[in-house]
Amino acid sequence: MKATVSRISRAFQDRAQGGKAALIPYVTAGFPDLDVTDRILDGLVEAGADIIELGIPFSDPLADGPTIQASSFRALQNGVRVEWVLERLRAFRSRHDVAVVLFTYLNPVVHYGPERFCRDARQAGADGLLLTDLPAGADPGLEETVRGSGLELIRLLAPTTPLERVPEVAAGGSGFLYYISRTGVTGASAELRQELANEVAQVREAAELPVAVGFGISTPEQAASVAGIADGVVVGSALIHALEAGGVEGAVEFVRALRDAMDGA
Amino acid sequence: MTQTKVGMESSHRFGVFGGRYVPETLIAALDELEVAYEEAGRDPGFTEELELLLKDYVGRPSPLYRARRLEEAVGAGPVYLKREDLNHTGAHKINNTVGQALLARRMGKRRIIAETGAGQHGVATATACALFDMECVVYMGAEDVERQALNVFRMRLLGATVVPVHSGTRTLKDATNEAIRDWVTNVRDTHYIIGSVVGPAPFPRMVRDFHAVIGRETRAEILEREGRLPAAVVACVGGGSNAMGIFHPFVDDAAVALVGVEAAGEGIASGRHSATLTAGTPGVLHGAMSYLLQDDDGQVAPAHSVSAGLDYPGVGPEHSHLKDTGRATYVSVTDEEALAAFDTLARLEGIIPALETAHAVAHLLKMGEDYRDRGPLVLCLSGRGDKDVTHVAKLRGRTHES
Repeated sequence: MKATVSRISRAFQDRAQGGKAALIPYVTAGFPDLDVTDRILDGLVEAGADIIELGIPFSDPLADGPTIQASSFRALQNGVRVEWVLERLRAFRSRHDVAVVLFTYLNPVVHYGPERFCRDARQAGADGLLLTDLPAGADPGLEETVRGSGLELIRLLAPTTPLERVPEVAAGGSGFLYYISRTGVTGASAELRQELANEVAQVREAAELPVAVGFGISTPEQAASVAGIADGVVVGSALIHALEAGGVEGAVEFVRALRDAMDGA
Repeated sequence: MTQTKVGMESSHRFGVFGGRYVPETLIAALDELEVAYEEAGRDPGFTEELELLLKDYVGRPSPLYRARRLEEAVGAGPVYLKREDLNHTGAHKINNTVGQALLARRMGKRRIIAETGAGQHGVATATACALFDMECVVYMGAEDVERQALNVFRMRLLGATVVPVHSGTRTLKDATNEAIRDWVTNVRDTHYIIGSVVGPAPFPRMVRDFHAVIGRETRAEILEREGRLPAAVVACVGGGSNAMGIFHPFVDDAAVALVGVEAAGEGIASGRHSATLTAGTPGVLHGAMSYLLQDDDGQVAPAHSVSAGLDYPGVGPEHSHLKDTGRATYVSVTDEEALAAFDTLARLEGIIPALETAHAVAHLLKMGEDYRDRGPLVLCLSGRGDKDVTHVAKLRGRTHES
């Protein structure tokens, strides 16, 4: 147990007090250009992000749909390296107090050295780590390394996760639980599934942690509707689209629209 | 860095390698598969049906052929070829696809997906799906669709949908990514027939078990013919399924050398190769911890081989374990050496091997000095080369008609 409340927990608590959900935008570091990352991170804070998911690109993003595949590929072509992402994070931390979760795949972390990675990420100002290909129970030693470093281990739940597995997943995670809105990879979608509200309610019942929902949330209307059933709303691919089409300004405007819709403004 | 706990999780590993590094969405399906596979193994009806299919449909047992002219060229021996090229569809791959399709039927899954490099696994999957009346979607790198046109035609003829994959390096690695994405999306009604001893548990063990028939037959046949075990068993390694299948029943026979032959492409020093065990380092790709070709920042490095079936930056986790424990030895041969061996086997024995297999032949041709008077050598002739003829002709600047 930590003596102080973590940035991530505080972000959920602050919103919950006002009866609102936390907004969690995702961006791929180094996309579309290296010099955009500092500006988009500032813009996300300004637009009302509560927690930022910062993606460290990986060459083989098998949980991602075409949009984040393309942004990852582009970022790698731009020469993004793990250390560079941590530098951007350190610079961000000197300007802002908003929580940051690093979002990536296991291999770059394993290659960097898990202990060294967690220590450097923590020192750079990361609050949490989300590894899409590290499900609960897959590697107890590695999970312990993450937890021991002081980073929150953000775990995913899917519609295919049996209800009886939820407590196991929740017990080893911290910060929040990330509920995947549909059976599939990341990417924008036209509508959300009917059963989502029920499923999220079941997970909130079974676990103590706040529950954020992501994958496929692409419009302010969808964000507002998810805000009504969950503690947090993650928007990734749609934001990458906005960033590509409208630059930092367009992306910030989009996030502001999400914020307004979620807050019922 | 990885520590295994006792029980289920340790059965997912070979030493520190293997595991189940996949998105949460797939965990329930892998659990279901694991249980179904265990139950099938205990069900005499399943084993009986599989054995009958292997006999009457695949054409097993495959012959163990003594290749006397090749033997002369090697300068040691006797040399035997385990003729997996004589199986239905022309390669070992069908041992696994028939087994997994039976398992899918048992689980009530009527939609099958697969990845393929050279197209042999795709053809073998499409074949099993035709036999069991299942929907079949095969992901294939766009570059491989070009170099293996004959197999693409065969898959379509068998009723499969072939989806060219244009992302990344446009080869087997990317086809596998795309197959996994399909599985994540359609996991409830779809079974993913992985084509090698790779992927998350239980795939590496299960695929090995379905191919272990190669090694079991070889062991019985060589004992019958020679009255002793081979001095060495040689097989090519991409993901490593034919090698794992023939190695497995010999693993406890310490006197039998197990030799895996990887693709050195344009040479290890050139950086353009697929020799994962020779030149890679441990990492995580496609759900398992294993040796991996990667750059200095943990990004997967593009592989290269003249042979589409070996053109893969990963390798089965059990091979990584056999390498680290020293039980098996892994070597590599270049594109050029493999192409020369392709010709050699055709001229000496009247057998055109797959380009993948030609890598193993190339290494066998170098083993004479070390193995003189040491006993029989067995090579897994994993597939036939018809599919490669157009590609090889093109490399030599001519068409196959001229």
